[in-house]
Amino acid sequence: MAKKIRILIAKPGLDGHDRGAKYIARALKDAGYEVIYTGIRQTPEAIVKTAIQEDVDFVGLSLLSGAHNELFPRVVELLRENQADDIIVFGGGVIPESDIPGLKEKGLAAIFTPGTPIKAVIDFIESCRSKIEN
Amino acid sequence: MSELAEKILKGDQRSIGRAISIVENDGRDREQLIDEIFPHTGRALVWGITGAPGSGKSTLLDGLIANLRAQNLTVAVVAVDPSSPFTGGALLGDRLRMQRHATDLGVFIRSMASRGHLGGIATATADTIKILDAAGYDLIVIETIGVGQAEIEVVELADIVMLVLVPGAGDEIQAMKAGVMEIGDIFIINKKDLDGALKLKAEVEYVLHLKSNSNESAINPVLLTSAIHNEGISETLQTIDNYLARLQADGRLATRRQQRIENEVRKIVNTKIHQMAEKHLQIDQKITQWAQQIGKQKQAPYALINSQINQLLKDS
Repeated sequence: MAKKIRILIAKPGLDGHDRGAKYIARALKDAGYEVIYTGIRQTPEAIVKTAIQEDVDFVGLSLLSGAHNELFPRVVELLRENQADDIIVFGGGVIPESDIPGLKEKGLAAIFTPGTPIKAVIDFIESCRSKIEN
Repeated sequence: MSELAEKILKGDQRSIGRAISIVENDGRDREQLIDEIFPHTGRALVWGITGAPGSGKSTLLDGLIANLRAQNLTVAVVAVDPSSPFTGGALLGDRLRMQRHATDLGVFIRSMASRGHLGGIATATADTIKILDAAGYDLIVIETIGVGQAEIEVVELADIVMLVLVPGAGDEIQAMKAGVMEIGDIFIINKKDLDGALKLKAEVEYVLHLKSNSNESAINPVLLTSAIHNEGISETLQTIDNYLARLQADGRLATRRQQRIENEVRKIVNTKIHQMAEKHLQIDQKITQWAQQIGKQKQAPYALINSQINQLLKDS
């Protein structure tokens, strides 16, 4: 049996627009993954501690407030400080194209902007499977 | 002792998280890990919280944790939610209600998918309790999936079981039925501000009186709470403490723990025998052939299987 992939879907920052995060959480559940959903207004510290306790393979961050350049890399940084940088971090939300290269440089594995088909997210997760299983 | 086991004993969060995944995935090192930490278990108290979906189990627990933390007790939660029988996926949302404790090092919360197990918990729940116990948490709480009438396995793992009920789910006949109504030590009627809460309390008390033959000291407590408004939380904790003292005084706690070990040993024996039989009878390879013989009425089912098993016992 293939390993069960566990994914934390979290919303850092102060905006309360959680429709996207809920949509992703629900769609990934339907795709057969175990999804932990923690709701809005999570600090990077809470997200990282949750990811470690839940022993997830991925953290998916959703943000629509514009603070992605600060908060997304902060999660990556805290995971590294906690010896948990094997956890793959991806992001989504209203993120300008021009910010994406910078975020990837800071350790975000993928960024999904509005209108991304769910299949693209699933393909991304599956493309990491062999890395996770090792 | 393995490095992982050593780190668990030191309370390292990453290692605890990893170890729980190993037991969930029935990983290669599972048996060795459990045997290694086993001498360090037996210290924690184990609560079970069960009740229907949306009855407020997680929210109630959130309030209880806040009070327990004020007493400096460390708490670990195993929150079980169902896996999809169709895709195997799961949406684990219990910790959403408890996330204010997320950065508190004295609280460890693990969401767990049932992965096809039907008793309201997961197969890995029992081993997970051992890991959290060895890691030094004072109290371990198992929150079951939202249950209906028959998912009662939590009673096999917990020292004390809280059953959360909400108004509007039927009359006292429902409360008299077999199943979950029989496993509660403490009955918590949540959402007490809703219509029917007092009526439900009276009905549950009536049924419990029938059960206890009006022996006052044997009656289970029935409480009213409003978890979301933080009402009735400290009363609940007080009631749990008193009830546990009662269980300890009359020897029931020791009996339950003994029973828990017996159940677990029985499960291990059954699993091992099952695995052995699978291997030696080569069930997977032969099942189609057996089914064909039986299906064409060439062989009677019990005669065929009994002869296979007798042959196996003779050979070994």
